[in-house]
Amino acid sequence: MARVQTAAAGRLDARARGRKRARAVRDLGEGLLYLAPSLFLFAVFVFIPLGRTVYLSLFYTSPIGAPREFAGFDHYVDLVTNPAFRRSLGTTFLFVLYTVPGSIVIALGLAVLANRRLRGINVFRTLFSSTIAVSLAVAATIWALMLNPSIGLFNYVLSLVGVRGPAWLTDPTAALISVSLVTIWAALGFNTIVLLAGLQGIPEELYESAKIDGAAGLGIFRNITLPMLSPSLFFLLVVNVIQVFQAFTQVHALTRGGPVEATNVLVYSIYLDAFVNFQFGYASAQALVLFAVILTLTLVQFRVIERRVHYQ
Amino acid sequence: MSAMPAPRSAELGGAGPTSLVRTLGLYVLLAVAALAVAFPLLIAFSYSFMAESQIASFPPPILPTRPTLANFQEVVERALRPNSPLPIFHYLLNSFVVSTAVVAGQLVTASLAAYAFAFFAFPGKNLLFLVFLATLMVPWEATIVPNYITVRDLNWLDTYQGLAVPFMATGFGTFLLRQSFLQLPGELYDAAVVDGAGKFRFLWQIVLPLSRPALGTLAVYSFLATWNQYFWPLLVTNQPLMRTVQVGIVQLKFEESTRWGLVMAGVVIVVLPTIILLVLGQRQLVRGLTAGAIKG
Repeated sequence: MARVQTAAAGRLDARARGRKRARAVRDLGEGLLYLAPSLFLFAVFVFIPLGRTVYLSLFYTSPIGAPREFAGFDHYVDLVTNPAFRRSLGTTFLFVLYTVPGSIVIALGLAVLANRRLRGINVFRTLFSSTIAVSLAVAATIWALMLNPSIGLFNYVLSLVGVRGPAWLTDPTAALISVSLVTIWAALGFNTIVLLAGLQGIPEELYESAKIDGAAGLGIFRNITLPMLSPSLFFLLVVNVIQVFQAFTQVHALTRGGPVEATNVLVYSIYLDAFVNFQFGYASAQALVLFAVILTLTLVQFRVIERRVHYQ
Repeated sequence: MSAMPAPRSAELGGAGPTSLVRTLGLYVLLAVAALAVAFPLLIAFSYSFMAESQIASFPPPILPTRPTLANFQEVVERALRPNSPLPIFHYLLNSFVVSTAVVAGQLVTASLAAYAFAFFAFPGKNLLFLVFLATLMVPWEATIVPNYITVRDLNWLDTYQGLAVPFMATGFGTFLLRQSFLQLPGELYDAAVVDGAGKFRFLWQIVLPLSRPALGTLAVYSFLATWNQYFWPLLVTNQPLMRTVQVGIVQLKFEESTRWGLVMAGVVIVVLPTIILLVLGQRQLVRGLTAGAIKG
């Protein structure tokens, strides 16, 4: 690079460059020292395992998980042609559809309701966000009691309005709805917190000037609140879809994938194939397909929906 | 849409009977909504004090007619039995040890990394930060099989380190702390380093004490997340004495599927620590999380 320069200048330059490089190496070493604990754990528990999952997905494995015979893309071909996998994927999509819109809309209502300056409002805000402290295992256990067909409150209340409730957790058509109810409830706390924070970020002047312009009620909500809240709503959409795609606890705690596979969502099916049937290779292939589906869906959301999000 | 009253960002208030009626209506609405959201939790508390005979009665009860501690007594008695199939105090202890260890681990690893990202200049810094963020995008099911194999091969099944160590580094927490550290004035750092105070001493004596709110947010968040874990503890523990509370409660539900009072007493014991943590740490948690989200 410095070839055209005079020899002397070149030597000076080289010495300066050498010093600079030594310094860069020292800086890098020092930086890495502080990053080392995290980087080490990430390598061992995130990046190397991800690589191993890819590797395992190309093999038939022994029951203890050692690769035994090269399978190529056999597992992936199996997945595409296997109707059980397609059913599982369909169940997962349906599960997302049942839970994500409902939970966000209810949380929006709660957040709007709680976004006021009133005495004691913090008590209500804490109650609205209380489910963030409740684990899915606990949520599932409580809902199992409420949905119990003989002693549960749910069917009793339904019977008061003349509806005969199903045997929620053992009826193939109702089981996925039961699991969805638990999921919606459990997500309310987090979703409400995020939307409430979003509402509080909307400047008061916007409402003032809208009122001066003669806007009222629903008009203000549609033309000011919703657009200003769209970044928070979009954030929740992306995060909730990802979380529901990865749901496991509520299924394991309530229905174990049944009855007749009605709640056999993808992660549950991965769990069965890996840790009950010991088909680690096939399970790994499923996990990667799920990863790809989630990634694609997230990208699609960013490309299609984010256009309509209003950033300040 | 129906003709619901329009939502407003804030009640500007005003005198007169109409505004009084409206405020009252608002409180009623808030109370009804709060009751609906908290209803499952209230039912769990109520049933934990109910006799099994009342739970089985029709119509399903809401409040105990004669509150009893029998359910809690039985949970405690069962827990204290030798070779108990339901050692709930062990579950609580295990969950507490693991959650505390993960919090401690994350605070150490994340503050070290966030400090380097916020204050140091070194080649490749941006790329390395991207590596940290990339960990947020790898879903756990894509790594769970090899992680299980790793922990098994380390002979870490049924151990605290198997439950805790995989979660001791955090891309999310590093990001959160970096955002907070970046708000400290850079001149402070320059002065301290020129002063020869040493970079690590600056972190220890200045940065960490000044960043207590962000560290608190991370601590509350990761404690909640670890306490509520289910899949990983289910996979890597088999011995009853090494199970955590979440796995334990589901196991209790399946084993005692007709003893709802007993199961709800278990639920109350499991959920109480996190409810208390939420009430104490909510402001910290909410402010910290949403601040990070907005700046992110």
